[in-house]
Amino acid sequence: MSETTALLRTPLYALHLARGAKMVPFAGYEMPVQYETGILKEHLHTRSSAGLFDVSHMGQAFLAGSEPARALERVSPADFAGLKEGMQRYGLLLNERGTIKDDFMASRLSGEGALFLVVNAGTKDSDFAYVADCLKDLAELRPQPDRALLALQGPKAAGVLERHAPDSAKLVFMRVARIRVGGVEAIVSRSGYTGEDGFEISVDANDAERIARRLLEEPGVLPIGLGARDSLRLEAGLCLYGHDIDETTDPIEADLAWSIGKRRKLAKDFPAAEWIMDRLFNGSPRKRVGIRPDGKAPAREGTEVADKSGRVVGRITSGGFSPTLNAPIAMGTIESALAGDGTEIDLMVRGKALPARVAPMPFVPHRYKRTN
Amino acid sequence: MSEIRFTDQHEWVRLEGDVATIGITKYAAEQLGDIVYVELPEAGKTVAKGGEAAVVESVKAASEVYAPISGEVTDANASLVEDPAKVNADPEGEGWFFKVRSVNRQELEKLMTADQYAAFVKGL
Repeated sequence: MSETTALLRTPLYALHLARGAKMVPFAGYEMPVQYETGILKEHLHTRSSAGLFDVSHMGQAFLAGSEPARALERVSPADFAGLKEGMQRYGLLLNERGTIKDDFMASRLSGEGALFLVVNAGTKDSDFAYVADCLKDLAELRPQPDRALLALQGPKAAGVLERHAPDSAKLVFMRVARIRVGGVEAIVSRSGYTGEDGFEISVDANDAERIARRLLEEPGVLPIGLGARDSLRLEAGLCLYGHDIDETTDPIEADLAWSIGKRRKLAKDFPAAEWIMDRLFNGSPRKRVGIRPDGKAPAREGTEVADKSGRVVGRITSGGFSPTLNAPIAMGTIESALAGDGTEIDLMVRGKALPARVAPMPFVPHRYKRTN
Repeated sequence: MSEIRFTDQHEWVRLEGDVATIGITKYAAEQLGDIVYVELPEAGKTVAKGGEAAVVESVKAASEVYAPISGEVTDANASLVEDPAKVNADPEGEGWFFKVRSVNRQELEKLMTADQYAAFVKGL
């Protein structure tokens, strides 16, 4: 993004400033990295209470047509045709080479033909152009730039939302419905990107600030910036597109093979399916893993990973400090032979080899609400 | 009497007798945000003015701390290793980083006074 390009603002821009946000450029938007509370406290608050995130910069769209789920399978290996009404599913958007253009969520709303999609902010324009082009004979993509997206996350999220949206209590993890929130129509899913129970709430941009203010008036709810969003998702072991996965990564080395539908594996009817299935059965040369440094020093994105003989075997793709564990954590891509949990490795930080181990993810257990 | 000086890299130096105490300024601590890791030089090490002397990491990023003046390290604030948040709580007091001796007074006098530093920060 060049400096001369004007940054976009979400409908909550004024609210961010009013709450003392420090604004930074992110994916072409001016976004809050933190509020007066600070990243560390915002992070811990989300784990113990409830946090409200503005994720309106993300791309929202409807995919309409006679069979939009079948159409979407042309560019994604997830089983969308098997997605039941009222359910949401994670999917990878693949290019023709079978590497990852983006990751996204697709929702099948009850009684509606169109699928509701949410994609990453930094890739939304190219995603939408790609999907529209690849599926032009099958489905029509309708971007929704006038919708805002809020995420309410944390153990108190459900109690808070229920007071403004009684119907939200019926949802469990990865369920989605059109319900009223604070008197306005919203698309609400019980999901998010923190590892906590919580909701994503899509509303008309004109309603967004009013709904956000109502939720923030609730005791126990604080606004949370992108800084804590990043440390929360890292603790939860969730990928950040453009860092942990990108167009150099395939679904197998990204350890996202679970997002390939069983039917799709048999049918091999997605981009580069033969190549991806070969990697699934015979292994990929490298793999995304969790990493825990033995010491206290964080290892940041780009840090080289070496084996105990000093040979470079990979690199850190996301790294930082876990406020929950009070210790450094990281995610990285390394040679598959070294990807087993507990493998001893070194992280090359400021010219020194810092000992670390491959570790299981999530670093902090997920607390999704799977049953009512 | 002690005198305190500042650098444009947001370090402070307080000279008492022939020992100088060094840390990062309140402005630097606020800009970094929540500090989660500090790496300090060992006693006996010689640091050169402008050279990397310590590391400070916040939740967001890592930053080097440069030696504002040359000298021999006599002491480091080991309590920061266990409790890095001290740097945010009291950056220009309890959150000091390390001490050096054999200070060259001319080096020190070239640094900013408190008033000059306040004006410098205001202009950022």
